[in-house]
Formats: sequence, structure tokens, C-alpha cells
Amino acid sequence: MIAARVWKFGDDINTDLMLPGSVMVKSEADQARAVFAANRPGWVDAMRKGDAIVAGRNFGMGSNRPAARSLRNLGVAFLLAESINGLFFRNSVNFGFLALECAGCDAAFAEGDTAEFDPDSWTVRNPRTGAALTPLPIPERLLSLMQGGGIYPQMEKEGLIAPRR
Amino acid sequence: MGMNIAEKILARAAGTRRVAPGEIAIVEVGTCVLTDLNFLPASWREVLRMRDPARVVVVLDHMVPANEPLTAAAHTAAREFVKRFGIARFHDVGRDQGISHVVVADNAYGLPGTVMVNPDSHTCGGGAFNCAARGVGLPETLYAVTTGQTWFRVGETVRYDLEGRLKPGVSAKDVFLHIAGRWGAHVNQNVEYGGPGMANLSLNARRTLAIMGAELSAEFVIFEPDAAMLDYVRARNPAPFEAAVPDRDAIYRERRRLALDAIEPLVALPDSVVGNSVPVGQVAGERIDQAFIGSCANGTLDDLAAAAKVVAGRRVAPGVRLIVTPGSQAIWREALAAGYVATLAEAGAVVTPATCGACVGGHMGVLGPGEVCITASTRNFKGRMGDPSARIYMASPATVAASAIAGRIASAADYFAGDLG
Repeated sequence: MIAARVWKFGDDINTDLMLPGSVMVKSEADQARAVFAANRPGWVDAMRKGDAIVAGRNFGMGSNRPAARSLRNLGVAFLLAESINGLFFRNSVNFGFLALECAGCDAAFAEGDTAEFDPDSWTVRNPRTGAALTPLPIPERLLSLMQGGGIYPQMEKEGLIAPRR
Repeated sequence: MGMNIAEKILARAAGTRRVAPGEIAIVEVGTCVLTDLNFLPASWREVLRMRDPARVVVVLDHMVPANEPLTAAAHTAAREFVKRFGIARFHDVGRDQGISHVVVADNAYGLPGTVMVNPDSHTCGGGAFNCAARGVGLPETLYAVTTGQTWFRVGETVRYDLEGRLKPGVSAKDVFLHIAGRWGAHVNQNVEYGGPGMANLSLNARRTLAIMGAELSAEFVIFEPDAAMLDYVRARNPAPFEAAVPDRDAIYRERRRLALDAIEPLVALPDSVVGNSVPVGQVAGERIDQAFIGSCANGTLDDLAAAAKVVAGRRVAPGVRLIVTPGSQAIWREALAAGYVATLAEAGAVVTPATCGACVGGHMGVLGPGEVCITASTRNFKGRMGDPSARIYMASPATVAASAIAGRIASAADYFAGDLG
């Protein structure tokens, strides 16, 4: 079971907000520091490793830029959203970031609540209210990439790409 | 039970008789495009094996010519990669330069009836040529390059039946803004375009409409094949292909009629493209600092022609910058031959080399604090084109050009008043 402090975000959070053009060609560390700089300045300092994001519809809309990698690098434990953009979901799989589509999550959590995710029972709970939700299932093959560090370690094992020096 | 176009192409690429919404299809990738962003030091991983170099296209596009050392390093890595694997279709800085989606369309690399991937979200533009094309992000393109495969979750499809003909001065961008304003996002859905009015949309107009499908958050955006499309592809790519047509009893989530005659020029207000469209008149008079025409969506020859028609014999208003970025150097040269470049430059526009440039807030047109821009490009998100306090309106190239001349947001209607539909 993973317990995480909740940060609330609204609908249609796009990847430009998570990875602004000003750091697009920069290092992973520079990119992580710029997350939500335009819409929520200071968030990267206020959040702690192991926190969760709870959001509304179409999280991760827009550009393919590797925003899921930045959230993973910041130590965000998981994302709950009413719906997740297809391209952002794929990047979450491939960068090893746990992203769950979970109808009702926006109403079920307030900022600062604790969100408990139990991968075994595939349930999300709010211990303050007792609310329990079931995220959309994720196919086994994709879930194992998401929980196992993403696709690069897998590709290294298969001899498709070289290990990072 | 019949299949729509996206389902047919995915089933064929998966080597199966049929696919249906909700299933995961593991498919053969016909064309895999890599861009300069793949090769940035933060993202690049050394590839050891490649399934088939003939299926790979490499295009340097986001920051060309290089705007800083990290970008230049990415370009160097791309050149070494292309050499090592003997990739013939390489678009470096120079004559063959352009935005990947534009280059792919200019050369008909994405064949009808096949699957194409590229990291970039606007890859769906390949659907203008009946190709199931989709942005899949940086890691997935490396997987596709090495294995020749990828996966898709099959989505439901919304079908648009186009009818009639656009009025003079109304463009594909206005059609998109109409759809985005009236129907909103199409998350996890495919979009299929067809119907009798499709023949009245130029291939360039279809390119714009297919590219902008990314802003509907659609998965695949695919046009039905017609003679104009197939002739264009055959003239540019000798490879055999079989276009995909929908079955008569294909299943759609919804079928919507779209009367092209009824569409008026629109503007999207800042910060969101979807559900944010208003008639030009509603924002006419708003001050602007910059006007931009370009990107994979609006750097076609039709777009440059519309801009040139508006500014011909006039001057960009004092205090306003008009920046025009053709989608590829091939289009740049066509625009030069047609006289558009001279017309634009004489009016005071800066015509840049082909690149993603200002659209992605990269270079050649980045916005400063508090500035206002009207853009004919792909996105108007907060901070998209530079400082987060800048405000970005989105409209057609004609409306953007008319605004640059007026020095404030303005309708282009008068410039097209004498034209026949």
C-alpha cells in the first residue's frame, strides 16, 4: 500500500505547464525544477518526495515532451486523474511513472488529504472520509513497465539499446 | 459488423481480421520518424539494433539551425546515428530542412493504409493522407525503431461528414476552431473525416485540419482516400500501398454533419484551444505585439498565399512584429517562386527558415512578459511561446495577417470580399 499526501490540480493540465519550452533542451534536473512554474510557482519546493497528484479531466494533454519523467524524478508517488491523455499515459508507462485513471477522484480528495493506493486490491482510499475508488485496470504488460522503471531497462535487457554510461 | 478507417488500418498492421474499441493492438510500424528532440543529451539512448533502416526517417526540426550548444550536440548525434545505420531519409539543416510533419507530407512518407509514429503529438497530421499516424513520445519511438512494432489501445471513432464549401477568407483553421468550440475535446477517440465536402478542401487544408486533431486530444485523425490524395502520394512515393476505406456498416461513437458554408472566421482566446472559440468581431481591437504564422499546422503554401494576399502593398503596423515561418524549405522555395516571400518581406514580415521555432517557444519569435500575440500555429497555452504572462490568441493565417496590418486583432473579411467561393 502506498500512502501519499494529495496535491489537487484541475482539468486539462497540459504538458507545457509541466515542462515549459524554456527547459525543453535542458537536463532532467533543470526540467524537474520547472514543473508547474507557470501555473503554480513554488510547487516543486513545497511538494515532498512520495506525494501524489489528484487531477481532473484530460491530464497531460498536448505536447509529447517527457513531463512524466519530470514527475517521476520529483518523486511523485502516483497520479490520479478523472482521465489521462493517451500520449501522456504512454509516456508514463515508458518512463515508469504510476498514472491511474480513476473516476470520482477529483471529488473524493481535498488538497492535503492522504490518498492510499493498494496495487494488490487495485483500490484507492481516502482514510479521512472512508471513500474507496477503483482505478481503471491497466494491462499487465504495461503495468509491469510502469512499476518496473519504464521501457529503457527492458530494452537494455533485450540488447536493443546500450546501458547509460 | 464493419470497421471504420482507424480500425481497418490497425487490424491490417496487427495481422488480424478485426480490432474493436478497448482492445490493445500490437502493430507493425510502417514509418518511424525521429526528430532532433530524440537526440538531446537528456533523452538520447544509444541504439544497438535496428529492425529496418528503410522504415526510418530522421528530421531535425525543433531548433534548426541550432539555437544553443545542447541542441547542436543533438544534431551531431543525429548525424552520427544516420551514418551508422545508413538511413537514407535524413532531413538535416539545409535544402531538405523542415518540420517533421510537413516534410513527411511534402514527400508522402506516411503511406495510406499504414501506421506511422513520431514522438511529436502532431503526428496525427499524417491522417490527411489516410495514414494512421500518432505521436508516441521519445521512448516509444526508440522501441519502434529497434523492434519495428508498437501498441495502441483501440479507441472509439467520431465521424465528421463534410458538406458544402468554405466561404472566401475562411480556412481550415476556422473549421478546426469551429469543431473545438462546438464539440470540445475528443480524448481517447479517433476522428474520421469524409463526405462530399471533402473534395472542396485542398490537401493543404486537410493537412491543417489533421494536424490540429492533436489539439482535440484525439488519437488518430484520418481522412477518407480520394483521387486528389492518392495521385499526390503516387507522384511522390513509388512504394505500393492500399488505402483504407470505411465499411458501409462501420461503427462510430457519433456521426456529425459539418456544413463548411456555415463556418465563420473564429479566434481562440488565450490559454486553451478547446471550448474557447469566439467570432473575430468579439475580440477585434485587442492590442497585439506580435503576429505569427507558421508551425506544422499553418506553414503550408496555402497559408503563405493567404498571408501574402492580405499584406500585399501594405505595411505591418508600427510596433507590431509579423513573423512567418514556412513549414519546410521546399515550401519556402515554392513561396519564393510564387512571389509570396517578396510580398511578405516588403510588407515588413520576417520570413524565417522552416522550424518549429516560435510555436514551441524555442527561438525566432519568443514572447516577453506581458506581451500579446495572435498566432496561426498549434497551441495558445500559457507560457507556450515564451513568458507565462504573455497572452496568445489563435486564428487563421488570414486573420493573423490582417491583425498585423491593423496593429490590433482585426477581421480579414474585407481582403476577400471580391472573391468567389
